[in-house]
Amino acid sequence: MTSALELLQYDFMRRALLAGLLVGLAAPVVGIFLLQRRLALIGDGMGHVALAGVAAGVLTGRAPVWTALAAAVVGAVAIELIRARGRTSGDVALAVLFYGGIAGGVVLISLSPEGTPANLNAYLFGAITTTSGSDVATFAVLALLVLGVTVVLAPRLFAVANDPEYARAVGLPVLALNLTLAVLTAVTVVVSMRVVGLLLISALMILPNAIAQQLCSSFRTSLAVAVLVGVLVSVTGIGTSFYAGTPSGGTIVVLAVAVFVAASVLSGLRRRTARRRHQVAEGHQAHEHAEGCGHLAVVHGDHIDYVHEGHRHAMHGGHYDEH
Amino acid sequence: MHVTSRPPVVRLSGVSIGYGERAVVRDADLTVVDGEVVAIMGPNGSGKTTLVRGLLGLATVLGGEVELLGRPLRTRQDRARVGYVPQRHTVGGTVASTVREVVASGRLPRLGWHGRLRAHDREVVEKAIEAVDLAPLAGNDIAELSGGQQRRALIARALAAEPEVLVMDEPTAGVDLASQQALARTVGRLTARGVTMLIVTHEVGPLVDVVTRALVVNDGRITYDGPLAAAPGGYEHAGGHHLHEAGDCADPHADVDQGVGPGAGRGPWLGSPVEDR
Repeated sequence: MTSALELLQYDFMRRALLAGLLVGLAAPVVGIFLLQRRLALIGDGMGHVALAGVAAGVLTGRAPVWTALAAAVVGAVAIELIRARGRTSGDVALAVLFYGGIAGGVVLISLSPEGTPANLNAYLFGAITTTSGSDVATFAVLALLVLGVTVVLAPRLFAVANDPEYARAVGLPVLALNLTLAVLTAVTVVVSMRVVGLLLISALMILPNAIAQQLCSSFRTSLAVAVLVGVLVSVTGIGTSFYAGTPSGGTIVVLAVAVFVAASVLSGLRRRTARRRHQVAEGHQAHEHAEGCGHLAVVHGDHIDYVHEGHRHAMHGGHYDEH
Repeated sequence: MHVTSRPPVVRLSGVSIGYGERAVVRDADLTVVDGEVVAIMGPNGSGKTTLVRGLLGLATVLGGEVELLGRPLRTRQDRARVGYVPQRHTVGGTVASTVREVVASGRLPRLGWHGRLRAHDREVVEKAIEAVDLAPLAGNDIAELSGGQQRRALIARALAAEPEVLVMDEPTAGVDLASQQALARTVGRLTARGVTMLIVTHEVGPLVDVVTRALVVNDGRITYDGPLAAAPGGYEHAGGHHLHEAGDCADPHADVDQGVGPGAGRGPWLGSPVEDR
């Protein structure tokens, strides 16, 4: 506890922890919809595109945050429009955009007077402790904006990600919602750039959700768990990086991967016992098994199974289980 | 009890439907009134699916008039009044979502800008889940359900919007026999409550007792419109097995009308619940 307080004595650590908290909150909230749409790696691609924006900012002497944001948003909209047009060519177009982004970034930065590709390291892997106060203020505004918009649109984003064709049939503006999610992703990428770095940002959007998916069976609880995990690994990772002298981004992600492995093992064990115990019988609405119902009754431990078309059924709450 | 002045639920006159400029369905005329259960049949590529996709806004109406309850079907809001049960749950599985959450997403067209459920909406969602016999599984991840149960969850999702008409795409395809029968019981109960349905299907199968009318689509045109038994091509038998199990197979029409009949207004299925057990 004393060591945690000690961290807060340093201005730069206070800023770092605040930035980590914001990213930990916002990234999983956007990420759950990406995971739902099977776009787990899209954040990675946007990170590549944002890198070109960073380099353009360095080259032209503008704030890299804003040029990165512009590049990421344009890239995000382009990706979504390409995806909406067709799937086969979309895949290739995405690849072109991703590699173009990172290659463009490297070339642009080498053109700038004080730039070498090495300067990009801070953006690629995160450099939280060098983040200025005004940077943190910008991130805070952007992160809260992302959170607010995502929470308001959540029911619609859920419907579209869950079943796009159905969403279209009930009159939801599917393309507009997908474009909005793409822009939210782009903003999250830029907000997280200083904390985890452009190469690792996707991890913070996806891993907390992947962890929650191991443990939860509803969207609502899995989102809550993901946000909790996101905040915990970000803040703990930043704290750890201070003491261990490691880069914050890598530390956060290594921590998240460790939690993921632990959650997978846990849920694997739990599922194995649950599956053995619980399989709901199908097509069992009309008939209620009881003594003398015409199905053979078999004593099975502490209850009675009824033999039903070659399966054994046991009453469980309002339905029958396969035993 | 019958409101005779109510216009037809669906009316198509001289309608062409297709994708882009290309018409797949041409010159279709169709009038469906309250409580009808219309099986739309035909070979692959005949346009039977395109016909209903036009109603849903998933294909383009290229000409003619489409009316829902006497009003032209133009805006997205109008189309939301056509309930859609797709053949399968296309996405899902990557992120956990309960049956209740998925069904609740079907309520969206009836919600305000905030998209949040109020107490009344929650009630409708629960009733929709009960109507398809999934109440005990409402809190389960939908990905864990069997194919037949998922199909019923999708029916509940469509019901949650209290649609004027339900459009089902191949509801029995790829579902085992026991689930098909469970599905037929669900559909039978909904029709007893006055729900109007258009069912696109290859094989009527266990739905044979529920269907009140058959359309056959061939090469983009409606070539037959009449009773199922007289439909050409023997669709009522194709691949369908209707097994009457002793004591297990209630007549789907036996529980007709507990005071809510066709024309009782929007979402007639919401009326007095029919005792299931």
